[in-house]
Amino acid sequence: MERIIKSTVLRELLRPLGQIVAFVLGTGVILSILMFLISLIANKSAASLALIERNGIDLFTYTLINLPQVLVDGMALGFVYAAIALGYTMVYGVLEFINFAHSEIFAMGAFIGVELLLALNAAEKLSNITVATAFGWLFVAILAGMAASGITAVLIERIAYRPLRGAERLVPLISAIGVSFFLQDAIRLTESLTSGQFHRIFPTFGNFDERVSVLSFNVASTQMILDIPIKSLVVIVVAILMLVGLNYLVNATKLGKAIRSVAQDRNTASLMGINVNFVISMTFLIGGSLGGAAGVLYALKFTRIDPFVGFMPGIKAFTAAVLGGIGNLTGALLGGIVLGMVENFAGAYLGVFTMGNFGVEYKDLISFLILILVLIFRPSGLLGEQVSQKA
Amino acid sequence: MTKRLFVLLTLMMVVSMLAAACGGGGAPAAGEQKAAEKIVKVASQSPLSGGQSAIGTSLKNGAELSLEQNKGRLEAMGFKVEMVAFDDQATPDVGVANAKKIVSDPAILCVVGHWNSGVQIPSSEEYHAAGLANISAANTNPKVTDRRYKEVSRIVGRDDMQGKVGAEFANKLGVKSAYIIHDKTAYGQGIAEFFKVRAEELGMKVVGFEGTEEKANFDAVLNPLLNANPELIYFGGIYDQAAVLFKQAREKGFMGVLLGPDGLDSSDLTKIGGPGLLEGKGTYYTTVGGPASLYPDAAKYIEDYKAKFGEEPQPYSAQAYDAMNMCLTAIENAAKAAGNQVPTRAAVADAVRALKDFKGITGTINFDSKGDPLDAKYYVMQVVNADPAKWGENKVIETIVIQPPP
Amino acid sequence: MAKPTQTNISSLLKPIWGWITKGITPYIILVVYLAISSFLVFNSPRSLPAFLMFVSSVVLLYYLPTKIWYKAVLGVLIIFVIIPIVGVRNIFYLEIIFQICVFAALALGLNILTGFTGLLSFGYIAFYAVGAYLWGFFGGQQMFLLHAIPGSAGPPGKFFLPADTFYLFLFLGFGLAFLVGILLGLPVLRVRGDYLTVVTLGFGEVIRLLATNMDKPLNLTNGPQGISPIQRPTLPEPLLQALRVVLNPIVGHEVTLNEFYNLFFYLLALAIAVVIIIVTVRLDDSKLGRAWIAIREDELAAASMGIPLVTTKLIAFAVAASFAGIMGVIFSASRMFVSPESFIFMQSIGVLTMVILGGLGSIPGVILGAAIVVIINLGILTDLSIYLGELRQSDKVIPIINFAWKNLSSQLDPAKYQRLVFGIILILMMIYRPNGILPAKRRARAIEEHFVELNNNNNEKEAENGAA
Repeated sequence: MERIIKSTVLRELLRPLGQIVAFVLGTGVILSILMFLISLIANKSAASLALIERNGIDLFTYTLINLPQVLVDGMALGFVYAAIALGYTMVYGVLEFINFAHSEIFAMGAFIGVELLLALNAAEKLSNITVATAFGWLFVAILAGMAASGITAVLIERIAYRPLRGAERLVPLISAIGVSFFLQDAIRLTESLTSGQFHRIFPTFGNFDERVSVLSFNVASTQMILDIPIKSLVVIVVAILMLVGLNYLVNATKLGKAIRSVAQDRNTASLMGINVNFVISMTFLIGGSLGGAAGVLYALKFTRIDPFVGFMPGIKAFTAAVLGGIGNLTGALLGGIVLGMVENFAGAYLGVFTMGNFGVEYKDLISFLILILVLIFRPSGLLGEQVSQKA
Repeated sequence: MTKRLFVLLTLMMVVSMLAAACGGGGAPAAGEQKAAEKIVKVASQSPLSGGQSAIGTSLKNGAELSLEQNKGRLEAMGFKVEMVAFDDQATPDVGVANAKKIVSDPAILCVVGHWNSGVQIPSSEEYHAAGLANISAANTNPKVTDRRYKEVSRIVGRDDMQGKVGAEFANKLGVKSAYIIHDKTAYGQGIAEFFKVRAEELGMKVVGFEGTEEKANFDAVLNPLLNANPELIYFGGIYDQAAVLFKQAREKGFMGVLLGPDGLDSSDLTKIGGPGLLEGKGTYYTTVGGPASLYPDAAKYIEDYKAKFGEEPQPYSAQAYDAMNMCLTAIENAAKAAGNQVPTRAAVADAVRALKDFKGITGTINFDSKGDPLDAKYYVMQVVNADPAKWGENKVIETIVIQPPP
Repeated sequence: MAKPTQTNISSLLKPIWGWITKGITPYIILVVYLAISSFLVFNSPRSLPAFLMFVSSVVLLYYLPTKIWYKAVLGVLIIFVIIPIVGVRNIFYLEIIFQICVFAALALGLNILTGFTGLLSFGYIAFYAVGAYLWGFFGGQQMFLLHAIPGSAGPPGKFFLPADTFYLFLFLGFGLAFLVGILLGLPVLRVRGDYLTVVTLGFGEVIRLLATNMDKPLNLTNGPQGISPIQRPTLPEPLLQALRVVLNPIVGHEVTLNEFYNLFFYLLALAIAVVIIIVTVRLDDSKLGRAWIAIREDELAAASMGIPLVTTKLIAFAVAASFAGIMGVIFSASRMFVSPESFIFMQSIGVLTMVILGGLGSIPGVILGAAIVVIINLGILTDLSIYLGELRQSDKVIPIINFAWKNLSSQLDPAKYQRLVFGIILILMMIYRPNGILPAKRRARAIEEHFVELNNNNNEKEAENGAA
């Protein structure tokens, strides 16, 4: 008996890790091969000649030497998207509606985490500290962000969504848009009343700004660098931990079972003695706190936050969730990674391949186009909707 | 259902009727000018809500502070001076509607405003039609004055000139290759395009020209940039994006020159960008606003601003101060000419253009026939201290005087 | 639900209601009310309460039971006499009414998609952009600037097409948006429900990004700089002279060309809005309209009753798009300027808010929703802020707590919290009145009849959906 339990635990911990590795490698390899093919075909084109004149290398070499950095950056971005996308997808799995306010829940986490660090900074707790302490404080900030976002999400559900349960599909969606507007201005009001300004800047401490250099060399007049900033590593590691933890929670615990059963059939679950309201609240708590953690990570990686910060990542993460198949945890992970990678690939190569006519400004357009294409050919996302099997 | 609605409507009517009656009676909201008082108003328009409200609010605050400090002369003449602050929400629809509202209030004699050129251009059509003077404190788009409306003036430089100044300076630094990034706004793109033209004329190699709306994650922009290995990055845009971009560029190992327009003139640039800005070949920006070190008035302004609003002024806030001051001075001159009566809008508009050698906190201002500032002085500034509190110590590297195109 | 209390109120007010609607009373009420409110607006042209009263008199005209000829006479009087006069005295009112007309037309279009057919769209504003950029490109100087740097000025005074081709472009805008609607509809219709929402959102962003980015390699849209100037159709000078003779003495000043243009665009937008309203009303009662509603209620059942799903949905997309397209053309001409900032995602949400607020699927409701949102946004919130600003500049204090207005933080200006206000309105509306201020008649009936049943059934239905 005990051995079976242990193996379940192990399996539920290892399986998501395997999935993550597979998705990252798969997406990376597919996109890389695609780029190689295109660059081989276009290697004698005008674009390549222009590149030779400018950088001294041809298109194929350019593609090759850029690849590692693009992959690493795409991965870091993809995990941020995935962590936010999980919040959308969990709520969708259980309630079948798009929690439009999730992007503001994300912003809430970012603000609480950064405010905490700013307060510590003002109390001079962050200067001249060891690396371990720095990581400790960052961890505390992430926890604070998670708590704040989780509680906000639960409150939102209680106030703005629960009274609407059973209404038409559109009704809670509109209410969610309302909550999103409300929270944006509410954050802005509190932040600007206390200091006159509503944006916050992540304080500089610890060694997060440093980079681990992997390689660096020159090809002709072109510089080739591959290094990973420590904060990107932090983002990736924390995101993976969260994904594994969530997978374990949903697939190997009693609460997870309850969540899955509510997602499958709310009435029957209720008949089986499951407290549906409690389970829904817990879903919001978990989804919200994931969003909050993502918010703090986002602030760490990109430094500046304002109350509207959640909008773009929110839309992208939502796109990622739909891309993978909304309501499907694995799908959100895959969608996030694909989207992050695609964005970085588009940004890095589009300008060069089109001789600057279509540059990095088209990267969002390409993400949306890919979404539309995927949905047309696979109307329920890459992995499909698995509402009945998973939360 | 309809019946219930009726009841609601009737109630609403009664309420509004009462309100209308009260409003007519004397509440200021009704805005009826009392015969005994000579009221003059100056309106301001800028985004006070939404993502661009940080700068928009600072513009409004600058104008407000100016009104407070400079209205004494008009009050001595027996006028009551008021400011009306409008929120254009950074959208043309709202800006134009507000402009029509402004135009319909005969007491408003001058408008300070607009942050977005995209809002200023359609809104100023209304000011022009009504003969109402508009002094822009922030719109650098050439089209603002190229329409040659006598009502529309600005006290900031033009995109086409500031881009040029940046390129001249880069050339003086001996830079051979530049990578240009802009923020996909009318302002940032405008400057970047003109920087590119001038840079190419001067024989620099422009190895990249990209626009991005991205505010946080510049990885996708920076990877091709680092490959091209330029000696300089020019960013056309505002500090909040520029600082994040510069920080990430330095983190990725770019050690060349960082250069940008006056949108970078904010202590938040170092607050976000950190000490990295000073590394390598350093960070520079071109600006029309007189630096605090050259203009003691500007330093005093920053102090007063902090005392009143409890925060640092944003870029262009000092220009808004000057624009408001010019409005008040023009009204004063026109009122004197009209024998201490409330002047007409046309008289105020003429008086704005007639101002000679106006001593503002950002420099001495004269207008040409289009409404551009003559002898516009551009300063090239270098960021010298990573401490945001010491932003005022930034060093003037060069002063370039340039005439606006005729 | 707050249902019982509402019934109490209406039963209390029933006698008043009976008195108001009986015999000749409504006729007198209307004419007196209209006269008073018009006089107030005329007399104090910048008083918002007076204007609100005037607007409410129009609503009253729609609802009070009078003979149709009486309504028609008063309506013509309001449209052609009263509004032009008070509007020229304060063009801000013309602007408000213009925007109400434009947004009412947009809201009606979205209502066909979302209200009738049940296809939720987050990118509706894109069709508006299509119309606006169509006239922006052909009615401006962009054709001369195809290879110029974005932001460079065109040849002064030279335009690609004569200004009066504007009228032709009204139809072209209609047609182009119709086509774009079908083009978007074709792929989009493969996806359902929430996926559709995301795809339309993506589409809206794609159109905006295209407008922002298509300044190279060929400078089609002038990028973020936007296209300006754009021509307005010419107004015949003799007509203006004749109108001036009539209008000048009434409004008390020489009517300028700009004021005439404001009048012109007000009348044009109103005329098109009226046409759109008539079309929508006719569609609502037509075979097509019933087919749309059938699809909204139950796609499977509709298909098995012989409704061609794809064609019917495509027509909904195309019709909705064409309304926005034609208004886009008017918009760019009236502003003489078009830039991507007008077509952001928030605008799509804004139009959706109007539809929801007024009542999904209800034609008068949607129009009312547009009016309310525009008036709150441009009128009430702005006025409150200005009033607060005046108080702050005065020496007044808040009486009881003895707090000087001067010390009130400017962060508290109501105009800054537009989103907060709309957010709260949306949440409260959804909780207490999810069918909008004026619910669609068909829906209202369904709700009253099946209210209890519906509530019970819904959970089951959802459970079924989940299992499917």
